[in-house]
Amino acid sequence: MEKFTRLTAKACPLMQPNINTDQILPARYLKWPRSRGLGQVLFQDLRYDADGKPRADFPLNQPTWQGAKILLAGRNFGGGSSREAAVYAVYDAGFRCVVAPSFGDIFAQNAAKNGLVTAIVSEADATELAAAVAADPERAVTVDLEQQTIICGSRNYGFAIDPVSRNQLINGWDDVDLTDSYRDQISAFKVEDRIRHPWVAPGDRARTTRTDLSTITQCRRRHS
Amino acid sequence: MASNSTREPRTLIDKLWAAHEIARREDGAALLWVDRHFVHEGSFHAFSQMKARGRTVAEPGLTFGVADHYVPTHGRAAGIADPEIAAMVRNLETNTAESRITLFGLHDPRQGIVHVVGPEQGLTLPGLLIVCGDSHTSTHGAFGAYAFGIGASEVAHVLMTQTLWQKKPKRMRITVDGKTAPGIAAKDIALTIIARIHADGAQGHAIEFAGSAIRALSMEGRLTLCNMSIEAGGRCGMVAPDAATFAYVKGRPYAPKAADFDRAVEAWLALPSDADAEFDREVTLDASAIAPIVTWGTTPDDALPIDGHVPDPTGAADAARAQYVREALDYMGLKPGTKLTDIAVDRIFIGSCTNARIEDLRAAAAVLAGRTSKVPGLISPGSSLVKKQAEEEGLDKIFRDAGLDWTDSGCSMCVGINGDIVPPGERCASTTNRNFRGRQGRGARTHLMSPAMVAAAAVSGHLADVRPLLAGRKV
Repeated sequence: MEKFTRLTAKACPLMQPNINTDQILPARYLKWPRSRGLGQVLFQDLRYDADGKPRADFPLNQPTWQGAKILLAGRNFGGGSSREAAVYAVYDAGFRCVVAPSFGDIFAQNAAKNGLVTAIVSEADATELAAAVAADPERAVTVDLEQQTIICGSRNYGFAIDPVSRNQLINGWDDVDLTDSYRDQISAFKVEDRIRHPWVAPGDRARTTRTDLSTITQCRRRHS
Repeated sequence: MASNSTREPRTLIDKLWAAHEIARREDGAALLWVDRHFVHEGSFHAFSQMKARGRTVAEPGLTFGVADHYVPTHGRAAGIADPEIAAMVRNLETNTAESRITLFGLHDPRQGIVHVVGPEQGLTLPGLLIVCGDSHTSTHGAFGAYAFGIGASEVAHVLMTQTLWQKKPKRMRITVDGKTAPGIAAKDIALTIIARIHADGAQGHAIEFAGSAIRALSMEGRLTLCNMSIEAGGRCGMVAPDAATFAYVKGRPYAPKAADFDRAVEAWLALPSDADAEFDREVTLDASAIAPIVTWGTTPDDALPIDGHVPDPTGAADAARAQYVREALDYMGLKPGTKLTDIAVDRIFIGSCTNARIEDLRAAAAVLAGRTSKVPGLISPGSSLVKKQAEEEGLDKIFRDAGLDWTDSGCSMCVGINGDIVPPGERCASTTNRNFRGRQGRGARTHLMSPAMVAAAAVSGHLADVRPLLAGRKV
């Protein structure tokens, strides 16, 4: 995953509240592999009318906002469905950071796994930022993840982000590699848990492998 | 491990979390053990990620596949006509077969919606940590399980390691005390809560539903309620297990048997929140004040009692809200101030992981019996076993006699990706969970409500209060 520390880019305002993942990426595109170009269908039904004509009032259709890498959004951005492809669509359309007063929890978590920053600002700051870039679209906005600040002109806005996500984004951590370093603890937990809660294993015990059984036996000996 | 003498009172949420925590990092992220992992057609991204790393499924015995999102609800025996949809279902079959994962596939008699099948098969148990790449995984919390939806990267992580990194959410208790009036369903409670705290009200929180009105709910009702936790923004929702939970679980195919079951119940009895345990946030509702409720707008918190009127943007609290209401009404094709009961519907849908269990079908049938629907509609049972049971009870005949389409089981018109969609501009009274723009098909207008209320809309041709329609009927 690409690391994120600091970004200076154009910021595009899209301030309606409750833009859920069905708006970010309509369900009919969920069949698509990412390689098919999910960025092209980002906000598809908000962006195009029923006849497929671009809606002139939608910011991403305006030349002004081409090349924006920061999205300024309204409250509860990315609520709803857990579809990670919504994050792929935002990222593949070129965005690296979404700034909003609040985010759907699953969206924010998915974003952190894919190098997309979700910066939480107050409603007032979101409105002020949107007004500032609307007045001067060419004004570059800086998002500094280490300092947790957004710099727009002479103004400096603090933002919140889950510290776990922040760590992951700054370090470009890969969860699976990290988890592999806990392998012994995971094995020990599994064995202990099977002894403590034998009823958790679904159905017959045929699925318990021979290795599991010998580990359990050893563990039982240690416990007795 | 802390000794009992020093242990602080704990909530159900704390107990479930602690029982699954393998390790915790300095930044607060905990590595959690996953007891059950459900995959569906949409999990293909995750299988691809796993294969790209040259990895295999860590615990195939704890992983279960269910074909639900893309399966046809009509003409299943003939196969799937749309090649892209057929490929989605086939992909799941291949991925699960390669990884030796049990699959409740398209032609399995136990096939159904993942959040109906899990409980039905006894795979969902109190005390478990359950995940699935679907936001409505919160449903399984009805059993006193810690169950939540995850994205594809996390699905891949669980496939490869049977664990997940999570930060512990804050704890919210929603207490509903008192007795609900006749004709009030779990869906009415859920929508009332969401209208109260809003669609993002529980963001960052795990919710425990408590109080006498919750205890009085059947397991089906609790499943509906926990299902809608995500529509209040909650990470997960749960109800403490009790006698009703144990009775539901007992004898299910994958549930613990005999002495194992007794031992399990003993452990489950220790799960409810300690009497003086503290929550980060408390919300209370009076059950007796809950009316049948319907949504009018494009988020689930746009919900009002059926005797209300469509809101007027000019009366909104601020300019932003006024604009939101104006846009929502424009999409929904509604005029401010219209009586909700004057809103004519074009079709109805009874189905989804929210409201397609046997009790939901019985509630709809109680209204539809001997009556005719004024609009077309589709009734898709929550699972193939629910379908069978409904047919044994003669409910299918009631639905067919009313002029409605009785189909096979799947996610169907809730998400519209199997081809069951509401045509553009049409208005649908629906038992589903999301009234988002385009959710049931591009340009579709969705009104959420309980199964009985959908049945009332069907026989009335417009949104209607179900209560007068139940007069003199056995429900």
